[in-house]
Amino acid sequence: MNRIPLRFHLNDAEIGEFIDSGTTLLSLLRDKLGLTATKSGCNQGSCGACTVLINGAPQLSCLVLAARCEGKSVATLEGVSDNGTLHPLQRAFMDGFAAQCGFCTPGMIIAAKALLDRNPDPDRGEVIDAISGNICRCTGYEPIIDAILAAAAEMRGGKRKSA
Amino acid sequence: MSVALRAAASPREACRHIARRDARLIAGGTLVMNEINNRETVTASLVDLASLRLRSIKIANSRVTLGAMTSMADIAAHPKLKFLKPVVTAIGGPAVRNMATVGGNLHAEAPYGDLGVALLALDARVTLETARQRKTMRLEDFYAQHRKLGAYLVTAVNFALPGANRFFFTKAIRRKPVSASVVAVAAHLPRKGKRLAGPRIALGAMAPHPIRAKAAETALDGKALDETTIAAAASAATEGSAPASDPYASAWYRREIAPVYLARLLAQAAGQKS
Repeated sequence: MNRIPLRFHLNDAEIGEFIDSGTTLLSLLRDKLGLTATKSGCNQGSCGACTVLINGAPQLSCLVLAARCEGKSVATLEGVSDNGTLHPLQRAFMDGFAAQCGFCTPGMIIAAKALLDRNPDPDRGEVIDAISGNICRCTGYEPIIDAILAAAAEMRGGKRKSA
Repeated sequence: MSVALRAAASPREACRHIARRDARLIAGGTLVMNEINNRETVTASLVDLASLRLRSIKIANSRVTLGAMTSMADIAAHPKLKFLKPVVTAIGGPAVRNMATVGGNLHAEAPYGDLGVALLALDARVTLETARQRKTMRLEDFYAQHRKLGAYLVTAVNFALPGANRFFFTKAIRRKPVSASVVAVAAHLPRKGKRLAGPRIALGAMAPHPIRAKAAETALDGKALDETTIAAAASAATEGSAPASDPYASAWYRREIAPVYLARLLAQAAGQKS
């Protein structure tokens, strides 16, 4: 085993750990740090369930070696709510029944947050593109797209998209 | 899984490492991590290319040079590479596009590797380094020969900027807006007057790596793009191809629809203002 030190920023915390150099970021989050919101789906980069933000951009944590996150900033679903107050995306997913089994939901919300952080007023096509790497086998996607658009509207202050 | 990760100090040092031992290069990770997670690759050592300064897009004298570590998202965001946006935004999803690199895409086997299909139509050159030398070769030759090159590292690709409305791309997929290719078609269609001059057609998922549809190119060269020439090119589209059957499509289906997608792409090109 190659044990190596790793320091990175995770949600609101500075993390320092000794890890095996072959550990994926997904495994570090779930198995070592106990943050299980990020899901292990296909382990092939096909399903999007393990999506996290690295330096603000969505990446697939099953395909990222944790060692490559040295000095970087990682955001997971655990950091999306604010001291127990749900993020507008989380509320919109609940209100719009955008989750059924819920397995894809953390990845969907992270992918949607990456979109809204960059583009607070997306159209439907941009929302579809943002979650195009995230597979949902329950909802048929429409409630998820509606929820993301509703959250975007709320975050803009209740204003509806003009177009 | 026990994997040693070491940062590459230079392209040559990276080559020396993979030449000497059971080591693999890792760029964006979408290919090699997939193999590791599937236990297809039992590798003792990964050589991390992130430390090399290979992430760049340079455009000079109408020639585009993409560093090998440039991501699909970098290409999608570049204002002068809009003609490649339909290619890269049909790959993966935003997370994959943030990770997947130009150099990696050239090593993605069918039905993946769509950027390579576009680059083949654009007659791209590949610059690579071995432990001893740097060389530049046509992408077409790279696809044919790279397994025989020994230890090497692709550092960049370059190609001439196509004229406005001269580059076209489409692909057949099973799940919109992104999926692996049932078939991908790229066409670079320079013209002299109304006639095509040196057209290049490339197909993805019609062989283990992207291939040129040379018979279709011959059917188009020197001709005006009309119904007759489009039909002739379409009927020659699959000559020399060897598609595989996989979970996305059967070889039979790929042969059936490659001509249809080529004809549609050419019809779209014919509708553009010259």
